Formats: sequence, structure tokens, C-alpha cells
Amino acid sequence: MDITEVPVSDDKKGKKKKNKNSNKKSVREEGNGEGAGAEEKEEKMEKSDAAAAFPPTFSVSEIKNKQRRHLMFMKLKQEKRKQKMQLRKKKKKEREALGDKAPPKEVPKTIENQRVYDETTVDPEDEEVAFDEATDEFSAYFNGLTNPKVLITTSDRPRGRTVRFCEQLATVIPNAHVYYRRGLALKRVIPQCVARNFTYLIVINEDRKVPNGMVLCHLPDGPTAHFKVSSVRLRKEIKRRGKGPTEHSPEVILNNFSTRLGHSIGRLFAALFPQDPQFVGRQVATFHNQRDFIFFRFHRYIFKNEKKVGIQELGPRFTLKLRSLQKGTFDSKFGEYEWVLKRHEMDACRRKFQL
Amino acid sequence: MGDRSRLCSVWLGSETGILKGVSVSRKQAFNFCNTSHLSRDQEVRALCWGDPAESELLVGSVDGTVKTFSTEKGAFTESRRCGDPVEGCFTGLAALSGSALLTCGESGTVRVWREDSSEPVTELDAGKNVCRMRQSPVDQHKVATGGKENGLKIWDLERPEKSVFTAKNLRDDWLDLRRPHWVRDMAFIPDSDKVVTCTGYHQVHVFDPSSPQRRPVLEAEYGEYPLTTLSLPAAGNTVVVGNTHGQIAMLDLRKGLVRSCLKGLAGGVRWLQCHPSQPVVASCGLDRFLRIHSLEDRKLLHKVYLKSRLNCLLLASRDLEDGGGATEGEGVSQEVKEEEDEVWDTMEQVGEAEEKPKRKTTEEEEEPQKKSKKKRKKGQD
Repeated sequence: MDITEVPVSDDKKGKKKKNKNSNKKSVREEGNGEGAGAEEKEEKMEKSDAAAAFPPTFSVSEIKNKQRRHLMFMKLKQEKRKQKMQLRKKKKKEREALGDKAPPKEVPKTIENQRVYDETTVDPEDEEVAFDEATDEFSAYFNGLTNPKVLITTSDRPRGRTVRFCEQLATVIPNAHVYYRRGLALKRVIPQCVARNFTYLIVINEDRKVPNGMVLCHLPDGPTAHFKVSSVRLRKEIKRRGKGPTEHSPEVILNNFSTRLGHSIGRLFAALFPQDPQFVGRQVATFHNQRDFIFFRFHRYIFKNEKKVGIQELGPRFTLKLRSLQKGTFDSKFGEYEWVLKRHEMDACRRKFQL
Repeated sequence: MGDRSRLCSVWLGSETGILKGVSVSRKQAFNFCNTSHLSRDQEVRALCWGDPAESELLVGSVDGTVKTFSTEKGAFTESRRCGDPVEGCFTGLAALSGSALLTCGESGTVRVWREDSSEPVTELDAGKNVCRMRQSPVDQHKVATGGKENGLKIWDLERPEKSVFTAKNLRDDWLDLRRPHWVRDMAFIPDSDKVVTCTGYHQVHVFDPSSPQRRPVLEAEYGEYPLTTLSLPAAGNTVVVGNTHGQIAMLDLRKGLVRSCLKGLAGGVRWLQCHPSQPVVASCGLDRFLRIHSLEDRKLLHKVYLKSRLNCLLLASRDLEDGGGATEGEGVSQEVKEEEDEVWDTMEQVGEAEEKPKRKTTEEEEEPQKKSKKKRKKGQD
């Protein structure tokens, strides 16, 4: 009983205090308001004095009529734009006049070319990293000992776009099999996959019928990557798309995976596809990394003549962002993480990239 | 090689089997291994000092060999086979007096090896799935083991038949279900019999073998991911723990509360060690970085990229930043070390002397406050 009573009395006290505080505050506010008003008046007085003393420097915000103010503001903007255009034209003329002697154009600053140097950037001649990569979990694939075999499944009871997304992903990745999840736990699926010689397990997670997550688990002994999936466009939604893809194994382009973590992720993607692409199919799967977002595109190309190449998108397209990389097969509770995205800690610097 | 190895104050064992030395003052890292024949069998699982003067390093690798590395010569001088790789890799390694060696495998066999014989002198079985074995810093013959479904056991190596202390599992939970058990790391608290452990179920336990209670005397929780390693700072009363998501926190051992968290890690922590005298903690793990944090203001002091995943770490007991004095002749460096030892010894005593009264005063201060609070409560009623 004591215990119940104490908090009640506390609450009352607290409320009272709050009330008191609020009263006080309101009083203070009133006081402040008066004070502020007085101050404002004083300021105005000063300003008027200043206006009288000095030649008027024109400021649009001082106009009190709203329509007038708007008009003047628009005029000001127009003037500024005109000046800018004139300056640009002048510069262009100068460049033309100088001809070849013109100074080289300045490269615009972007957060990518202003990137903070990452000490883990892989040096291709580094023996230690080369050894580490040569003996990691993907070495069997890169030595040509295994052929990829991929199982694609979803979260339980997939709806809508997720199902179609899985089907289309299976047409992109050769030797991929789509299975219905049937409410099975991933930890029980994995041993079965290993027994059936699968080398990859892909799980597409969805939220409100829209795919939003992807778990990419390399078998038999990891690693496991967890991605956020966004802006999925299925084949039907892509404009000017080509006919459906053929069953040839595509070529793979991995762009811009430069750090040590990026290398691991790049190898993870590369090992999804058979190592010898069939060039007859003229199909390319691209994983392009830009600002830690990985863009996936699937194209068919054609050499129109010696100089020109035509490409045609086959779809689907989607964007991935790495959430975590875990050592070993999927074990979110007891697994050891090699890398975890820590928001607000890692993204504090906009020019620092992880991949 | 010798010049380089004498500079190093931090030693790390990597998954690729390379022993790495880092000189913090010069901001340089060295590999002590010939890169021509690297192999994953050499993966370093345990590191410890071979002698109190810290001139020899013992390196335990996955294939069951213990190599001796001389920091003065900068080369491996000896290699000894200790147990089969079949029995699992090393979970603990320690040196005993008289150049004897103490090893523990995952299968739970703790063995003492003498230098001359190839057969173990004493052998004891600590149960299956041992995750870590640690030696008491005070008494060399006192050893703690623990692992998955294998509670904390403290052994006396002179009487290997029976353990000195065996921890009991926690009480069943409120649904009367058995609580699982998974000791990942432990440490002996200096100046007392107590042992602190961290578990795979994100708990930190303190056991007190001197009391009749065999269950933990204190339980604290941190985070929601398995704790992998812990270390005791020199200041006392706290423990630093690390987990699989790369979070490190300092917990207070008096009330079991989080005192501070250390930031900046990207991957799981494999090993932590606090400097024996300075308020700094070094951590290494799967993100391939060695990080040294200050425990006072929680700032990241040093960050070194070491190219391979790191399994274990060892700090020299001399000052981290120092390293220039050791470049001179060997005798001089030893003298310097001894002098430093003396200096640090005196420093420690002073630190303790300063702290103890502080604690008392705080306690004294707290008690009257509590009383007054109680009075207030009564007054409210």
C-alpha cells in the first residue's frame, strides 16, 4: 500500500509543480512580452533614426504592403538573374576569344570527388589482402570448383509485387529456383540448402506488399549480407524495355567497389553468376555503387557499327543499400557481424563512404 | 627485424596467421611473418607474454602449435606442438614459472607442458565447448574456464582432480524454464577472490568463490547482442565489455549500471584489453581495425587499419606512447623497462591510496542522503 501511495502523492506534487511552473512561465512570458515590445519599439526608433541619418539602403523586407513587396522581390530576382546571365555570356565570349589557350574548365565539386580518403581502399598489389581474398569463403567459386546454384524465397506469405519481383530476379540469375517459404525458419532452411548443393540463399522481405529488404546468404559457410531494397521497378513498369531475357548467363559489371568492405560485397555479387558468361546472349548485369547505394540494372547490348553501341534495358531495376555484413550463415541473434551500419555515427560525414 | 619489434607496444594476432606489431608513438604497423608461405592453419587464436620482462611472446595457432616470438630479435625462435588440432583450437594460453606452458582447447582439456617433455605434465578436463580459459594474475596456478552450457569453473593446477569452485546455473525464470548458460569470457578481479564473466546472452555476472553462494552475486545486462570479451581497467570497480555488433561499454561493478559507451567501431569485437596502468582500452575485431580509446573522456585516440581480421591482442605494460627509448641497446632498454616498472608500481599505489578514501567518502555521502530520502518519504505519507 505504501508503494502505491507514494507515487500518487508524487504525481500530485508533480502536477502541482507543473502548474506552478506553468503559472510562473506564463507570468514570465507576459513580462517578457512587455519587455520585448518595449525593446522592439526602441529598435524601431533606432532604425528610423538610422534611416534619417544615413542614405536609405533598400531592403525588400521593409516594405509593408504585401503585394508591393512581392512585386519588388520578383523584380530584384529578375535583375539578379540577368546579371548572372550576362556574366556567363561574358565568360563564354572570353573563352572563345582565347581559343586553345583558354584555362581548363573547373570540375564541379561533388561529394564523390571530395570523398574523404578511406584507409581500407584496396591496393591491387597488396600481398596480404590478396592472400586474404584468395582463401576466403568465395575461393571455391573463384577457383572454378563450384557452380552457383541459387535459391530465392521470400518472407512468409508474399503478396503482390514481391512475388513478381522474385520471379523476375530468377530470370536474371541463371540456375535460380524460386520456392514458396511455407513458414519455415531460415535456420532450418539453410542446412537443407547446403545438403542440396545450393551456394546462395536470397530472401526478399516485404512491407505492405512492397519488397523492402534482401538477405543474401552465401552457403555453406557465409558470409551473409543484409540490404535495404528500394525503388524497385518491375519489367512492366520500365519504358522502352526489350523483350524478355534469354537463358544465357550474363556478363557482370561491378562498378566502384573500392574499399575492403566493398571488395567483399563485390565478390558476394560476382559469385551469384556463373563464371563464364555466354557472349552470344549479349546480356549484362550491372551493380553500380555510388555513394554507398548499389544500383542494379540488366541490359542487352548490340554493336551497331564499329563506334556505336546500343543498349536496351530488360529489367527489373532496383537499388540496394548495405545494412550489415555478417560472418557465417544467417544468424541474426548470435552471429558475429563484420560490419554494421550505425546511423548518425557513420553518416555524420557526408563525404565518407563505406563501399 | 629486432629494431622494429622493440618499438612495438601493441601485438595482434590475425586470422590470416600473421603476427602484427603496432608502434603507437610512431604510428607504424609491422608484420612479423614471411609473406611467402602464409596459410589459414597458422591463424592466431591466443597470445600471451612468455616471461615477466615481456621479451618473449607466445603465439597459439589453430593447428595446435605454440610458437615463441622474441621481441628483442624480432623473429620466431621456437615452435612447440601442444595438442591435436582435432581437439579444437586454443581458447586460452598462459605461461607458468619455470618455462612451463598452460594451454586449453575447445574440447576442454587444460594441459601443463614442461619445456623438455613432449607429453603434458598435468591434464584436467573442464567439460565440453570451452570458450575461454584465463589465468589469475595473482596466483599462477589458479585458472578459470567456462563455455557454452559449461559454467564457470575455477581450478587449482596443483590439485587438478577437482575444481575449486563450480558455478551454479541461474535460477529458473518466472515461467519455470531453465536459463541457458554460455560463458564467453572471464577475468579475475584483483585484490579479491571474485571473478567477473560475460555471457552470450548479454549478461555480465560476478561470482564470489569465497562466499557460500554459487550463483552470481551480481548480474548486469548490456545491449541485446552476445558479449564476446571483457577486460578490467586499472582503475578498478568497472569492467569493459564488447559485443558482436561492435559496441563497447564500461559497466560499473558495484551496481551493474552502464557507465559509458565507446563509439567508432564497425564490426564485432574479438578481443579487448585495458592497459595495466593507463586509462586506455585497445580493441580489435572483425572490422580489421585496432582502436585505442581513452576511458576517461571516451575519445578515440588511435585507429590503425591492419588488413586482416584480428583475433587477439596483447598490450605491453610500458607506456603506450613511449617507444623511442627502446631503440637503443638491449641492456639499456631493459634497464629503462625496469625503471619504468618501478615508476608504474609507485604510481599504482598512489592511485589506489587516492581512490579508496574517495569511495568511502562517496559512500558516506550517499548513506545520509538515502536516509534523508526515506525521511522525506515518510513525511509525505
